[in-house]
Amino acid sequence: MTIRSRVLEALGTVYDPELDEPITSLRFVTSCDVSADGDVDVRLRLPTPQCAPNFAYLMAADARNAVRRLPEVRDITVLLEDHYTGDEINAAVGRGEAFAEAFPGETEGELDTLRELFQRKALVARQSRVCEALLAEGATEEEVVALGVADLPDDRDGRRCVELRALLRIASDAAFVRPDGEPIAAGDLRHWLRAARLVRTSLEANGGICRSLLRVRYDLEEVAA
Amino acid sequence: MYEHNGDKYFVMDGHVHFWDASPANWVKGQEQFAKGWIECFHAYQGLGPPDTHWPIEKFQKYSEEDFVKDVFEDGHVDVGLFLPTYLKQWYTEGFNTAERNARMAEKYPDKLIVNGRWDPREGEPGLKQLEEDAKRYGLKGVKLYTAEWHDGSRGWKLTDPESQFFLEKCQELGIKNIHVHKGPTIWPLDKDAFDVSDVDHVATNFPELNFIVEHVGLPRIEDFCFMATQEPNVYAGLAVVIGGLMHARPRFFAKVMGELLFWVGEDKMLFASDYAIWEPKWQVEGFVDWNYPADEAYSDYPALETEGKKKIMGLNAAKLYGVEVPQELQLPPEEADEPAARDDAQLVEDRA
Repeated sequence: MTIRSRVLEALGTVYDPELDEPITSLRFVTSCDVSADGDVDVRLRLPTPQCAPNFAYLMAADARNAVRRLPEVRDITVLLEDHYTGDEINAAVGRGEAFAEAFPGETEGELDTLRELFQRKALVARQSRVCEALLAEGATEEEVVALGVADLPDDRDGRRCVELRALLRIASDAAFVRPDGEPIAAGDLRHWLRAARLVRTSLEANGGICRSLLRVRYDLEEVAA
Repeated sequence: MYEHNGDKYFVMDGHVHFWDASPANWVKGQEQFAKGWIECFHAYQGLGPPDTHWPIEKFQKYSEEDFVKDVFEDGHVDVGLFLPTYLKQWYTEGFNTAERNARMAEKYPDKLIVNGRWDPREGEPGLKQLEEDAKRYGLKGVKLYTAEWHDGSRGWKLTDPESQFFLEKCQELGIKNIHVHKGPTIWPLDKDAFDVSDVDHVATNFPELNFIVEHVGLPRIEDFCFMATQEPNVYAGLAVVIGGLMHARPRFFAKVMGELLFWVGEDKMLFASDYAIWEPKWQVEGFVDWNYPADEAYSDYPALETEGKKKIMGLNAAKLYGVEVPQELQLPPEEADEPAARDDAQLVEDRA
């Protein structure tokens, strides 16, 4: 494996916090250059110049941190291009500074609460897809709520559920939990699913609009999501 | 009026613009923002059918003739609602002001309604201006853009103490329709700028006012729906939902429509083209002809029949604005007052 492919692999672990999809599959990574000495230059782009600065900062900072962890990487530059707060974000990320330092006086705190809010939404959305698939295969509500974490499928949604649960430090072993981590009772499953499906639809529709806008903005070919 | 399969639809377009984003109107030193804004809008147009795309030069500034042809002649629109967006920070004469809209509306008094705006950060002079605008334009509604920049501030909330004075003033002046558009920047920047919970609060505190959430709170459709289910005076403005998804992402469009019909209901949804981002013609025709894909995935969403489409296309908005609808375009009386079927309103109690 070349350094570049390891860098790309690292970038694939960086998620758009709002859409819960890797920035690589969203095509937010414009370019990734690695010099012979291990200096890395990553360029990022977003669907609009006005995408929310807080999420934009998180993606740029997360990208830098993910790549920096690779021992073979010497120096790293991450630049967010074509964004109306790109200068502030790039300067702060380049110096390894926090979000509040990128926008002095314009924040009350850091972005942990915001990130966590969207991790909870993402978990709801992922669980709803897994749950619907199980019900469609004929599982009963009692069977579904009796499942544990180890029973989650080994696919993209199942694996991401496990990751999100770890990030959110969810203690319960139940496969399906509410955003606050509490297990769902069999009698509540259908109601929970109705609301969870709305969260998922919202995330998917936003992802669709973002992909469409990025495609128009940078004149890209359509690819399968 | 649009006629399809023998059914006649009264078309009220809840969101039209007559903007000037040409370089001559860019504020010196702010060119990158003025240019970025209109280019961003132009990218949205790219989500519509290719034969409706405009070159950027025309998109920056289109003529009155373009408007009349696209909206009234080709677009089937009976009445259009102007929602202003000032953005004077970036555009010298404003992007799309009530004043500019009113010059056009004067020529088509039966076909265009001018809405105003306010910004709580303008304080006492802002309240005076609102009174003057209300008198001058006969305002029945305002458009609020909470992400607008003002003197170094990057946005505001409806729950800000100053906002209460303006909402009270609206109530006093009979400005019943409050259109709210969430945008990407709200101070403080570490919070979710698209959060709609401030609409929830004021909808409860000002029950005589109607709150129309533009773009159904996109990108927070879920928060919007949970809120709209509980607040009888909260409505869904469909601009961008139709224009941005119906052509580009038809399956997502069907799911979003299904969710909106389930949570919000056909009595509280308002058609809107967002012209000139998208022309109304393909949106009106496409929506009237729309149905869910024949697929198990959509089977438990509420159906949308002709009556529901008539309400969404114009009858709901006409009611909010007191617009007279010709007899032949109204619903038969026995159906007119039937509440939307919503069997699961208690669901929000145990929301996901």
